[in-house]
Amino acid sequence: MLSNYILYIVTILLLVFSYSKDKEKTKKASKKAWKAFENILPQFLGVIMLVGMLLAVFNAELISKIIGTQSGWFGVILSALVGAITLIPGFVAFPTAAMLLQNGAGYMQIGAFVSTLMMVGVVTAPVEIKYFGKRLTIARNILAFLFSFIVAFIIGKVVGGI
Amino acid sequence: MNLLKRYRFFIGTILLMIILLIMNQQVGLKALSVTGYSLKEMALVIPPIFILLGLLDIWVPRETMMKYMGEGSGVKGIILAVLLGSVAAGPLYGAFPIAAVFMKKGVKFTNILIFIGAWSTTKMPMFLFELSALGVSFATTRLLIDIPGIILIAYVLSTFISKDEINKIYQNAETM
Repeated sequence: MLSNYILYIVTILLLVFSYSKDKEKTKKASKKAWKAFENILPQFLGVIMLVGMLLAVFNAELISKIIGTQSGWFGVILSALVGAITLIPGFVAFPTAAMLLQNGAGYMQIGAFVSTLMMVGVVTAPVEIKYFGKRLTIARNILAFLFSFIVAFIIGKVVGGI
Repeated sequence: MNLLKRYRFFIGTILLMIILLIMNQQVGLKALSVTGYSLKEMALVIPPIFILLGLLDIWVPRETMMKYMGEGSGVKGIILAVLLGSVAAGPLYGAFPIAAVFMKKGVKFTNILIFIGAWSTTKMPMFLFELSALGVSFATTRLLIDIPGIILIAYVLSTFISKDEINKIYQNAETM
């Protein structure tokens, strides 16, 4: 993906620039980078395993069964729940959402699904808790979950014309 | 022993994976292949993010960050938080280590929450993707609701959480 290339180019340029300015500081920065990474690695690995299992169980077929045939707020709630527990990379999620729309899902449901998918992270919670603590993590995810219904409602009105 | 304790969550997921494989081989194998794919994604995106945060930590003085995004940075700090989160690449879990460095540098708590919110949902590369997959009105409507939404959520959250707790979170970031 293009954004990855940009990320690498920017990082390499900054690293080279930093090294030419001050070797010692660059070494220190690399050490900090490694320490920060090593510190969170166990949580990362666990989350990635959880995501793998969830995605295998909640595949596009199952998701479209859950929200494709439902309508109204019940469907919205289900879509929001499915979005909240799964974590699908955007380049998979958006085509999936487009496909679900074609299969008869409403804009409101898809709005809820996309919104909770991105903002609510049940499986990434272990990483979030490590940095922000339990209370804040839970509060942030609940608020984002509730906010997704507002998003769903407005998208339903604006895009779906309900 | 310490290592075992640190990795207990990961070990738990390995056990789950084994159970899944025994219960349903087909789903289990698919889970393994998705995990392999995510590991590749992590190996690709995570190294530059951590190098950037290392450089940020070393080179950018605390005073600078405080001036632009600290207490009293006002609207400027909010806009910067939204922009920094939006140009991001990579999954949400990459945002938290950066947030920790922001805390070390004295960035205001609400701005950190706004940054996390922007990273989660208004990322530009993702927006372009959404635009092409779901259409202009869907993507722009969502973006226009989300920007005030993440700012609102940040302020509501900061009223939920006591000063004491925020201090604890900042102290915790120092050890990261």
